[in-house]
Amino acid sequence: MFEKIRSDFWYELLNAPVTVVSLVIILLMAIGCTFAPVFAPHTPFDPATISILDNNLPPAWESGSDPRFLLGTDLQGRDVLSAMLYGGRISLLVGLGAVALSVVIGMTVGLLAGYFGGMTDAILMRVAEIQFAFPPILIALLFNGIMKASLPANVFAQAAVPIMILAIGLAGWVQFARIVRASVLVQRGQDYVTACQAIGLPTSTIILRHITPNILGPVLVLAMLQIAVAIVTEATLSFLGLGTPLTEPSLGALIQIGSQYLFSGIWWVVIFPGTMLLVMVIAFNLVADWVRDYLNPRLR
Amino acid sequence: MYFLLARLFQAAIVMLCVAFVGFLVFQYIGDPVLSLVGQETTVQDREALRESLGLNDPIFVQYLRYVGNAIQGDFGISYSFNRDVSEMIADRLPATVELVLLSGVFSLILAIPAGIYTGIRRKGGLAQTIMALSVIGVSVPSFLLGILLILVYSVWLNWLPSFGRGDTASLFTLESSLFTLDGLSHALMPAAVLCLFQLGVILRLIRAEMLEVLRTEYIRFAWARGLPGQRVYLRHALKNTLVPVVTAIGLQLSSLFAFSIITERVFQWPGMGSLLLHAIGQSDIPLLAAYLIFVGLVFTISNLVVDAIYVLIDPRIRHGAH
Repeated sequence: MFEKIRSDFWYELLNAPVTVVSLVIILLMAIGCTFAPVFAPHTPFDPATISILDNNLPPAWESGSDPRFLLGTDLQGRDVLSAMLYGGRISLLVGLGAVALSVVIGMTVGLLAGYFGGMTDAILMRVAEIQFAFPPILIALLFNGIMKASLPANVFAQAAVPIMILAIGLAGWVQFARIVRASVLVQRGQDYVTACQAIGLPTSTIILRHITPNILGPVLVLAMLQIAVAIVTEATLSFLGLGTPLTEPSLGALIQIGSQYLFSGIWWVVIFPGTMLLVMVIAFNLVADWVRDYLNPRLR
Repeated sequence: MYFLLARLFQAAIVMLCVAFVGFLVFQYIGDPVLSLVGQETTVQDREALRESLGLNDPIFVQYLRYVGNAIQGDFGISYSFNRDVSEMIADRLPATVELVLLSGVFSLILAIPAGIYTGIRRKGGLAQTIMALSVIGVSVPSFLLGILLILVYSVWLNWLPSFGRGDTASLFTLESSLFTLDGLSHALMPAAVLCLFQLGVILRLIRAEMLEVLRTEYIRFAWARGLPGQRVYLRHALKNTLVPVVTAIGLQLSSLFAFSIITERVFQWPGMGSLLLHAIGQSDIPLLAAYLIFVGLVFTISNLVVDAIYVLIDPRIRHGAH
């Protein structure tokens, strides 16, 4: 794939200011959230450092605020900015983890179905087709709900993040499988594959070393788009109270906490995490759009 | 005909698979005996109960019995409400259906002309604006949009009610909140939230398909014949975008049901979605399993309808030249 970075890459990128801005935003958020303990002005979930006396403070530019809390505090006196950084970390972790899982499952299924064809193809793709009839968010929701019903409450709370990655990852593999299978069908007919078979290379080598590098383009585009979808799915599940526990809230859970106090005029607990989520998702979508156009100029 | 029969057969298999998942959830998560008996029941009594409930039968027999009951509309008794599950679903269904219908119809009315327009005038200012808005439309998580609408229209402006279904009225024995002004004002925001996402997806798809078709030879030929623009765009181009568009609309219908769960939660709309979330919160397994099967049925039927429409719009499928 890396030889595919054409000489016009930087030219095209620097001529798309929206994409550059989106990339910078993603980078800043990734750094800020990954190193949340370093950048966050407070430790929002450590009971020793928060004081209930600081509760419901508005953002720093409103009257009655406290300069220590730039974006205000929530009902329990937690700093909203710090909670956002810690929450964004969970959102990004779940988003990337779930897409990685989807890619692994989807590519395995797609490569096997596309290369071997026949019964393998028929069975795998029929399973994919059945799952495709159901919206991924519903599958993730039901998976999460069933796990919640079958695991003891404390085990579920502890394993909330891995379960979430599993739920969203399992819900999203079908699209990868379909796109990989379609690309493999094209590649399998090419002369280089016939040549590999003729010189007696093992099948695993042909699939992994020769075919896989040629199908990574569309997978990359889909993965970028799916990161945004996975982040939204995670936020939605957390908002519905199925995801991360309230002691360790992701952005969606923060919004859920804030939405309970909308009518008391405490808008900042909702608006700031909501904006961060939105900016994150739009940035991923815009970058994905650019990568798609770059790899496939015909669509422009 | 062969095509439809094959699809019908496939749909039946899908439903059996979904029912199997529902059956596994129903039978193996939690112990039905434990949820029925009290502390002081003896081991012998429990075994007797287990035997009389048929829990010692081979799994295949149990599955067949479950499917048999499900076909007769018997999904068991809800743990948390102590009511017949199918009755509860029937109670909640109209609220969800009216929300799904309202938003589905609106998104089609808006998306189809907008999609055609942006496909034809893709460099125009208005088209670019519509596309930019559609990116936001598909990016904004629906729960967040719902909260923002509540914040603006209910908290700040105090124009619209933020929760519940409002008054309902019946028309031809159909009880719906769409028939009263109060009910409509309650439905407006939830329906708008549900509509916006679908709108963006369908619009973008129609645009992409139009772009694809307008590049083909036969469209050039139609222009060369001197046909008027309207005829080229609507009769020649649009007609050939319909198969993928109808597929997408079918899929969107099922995702409307899924997204109504979120919208119903945000606006406390008393539909099927709220019921499902309650079932998950209370680990109400019979309810959960029944919801799973019911949603599977809705999706399978909508897919079948889409297949039937294919036969109507594409003669190649009708004549078996697939």
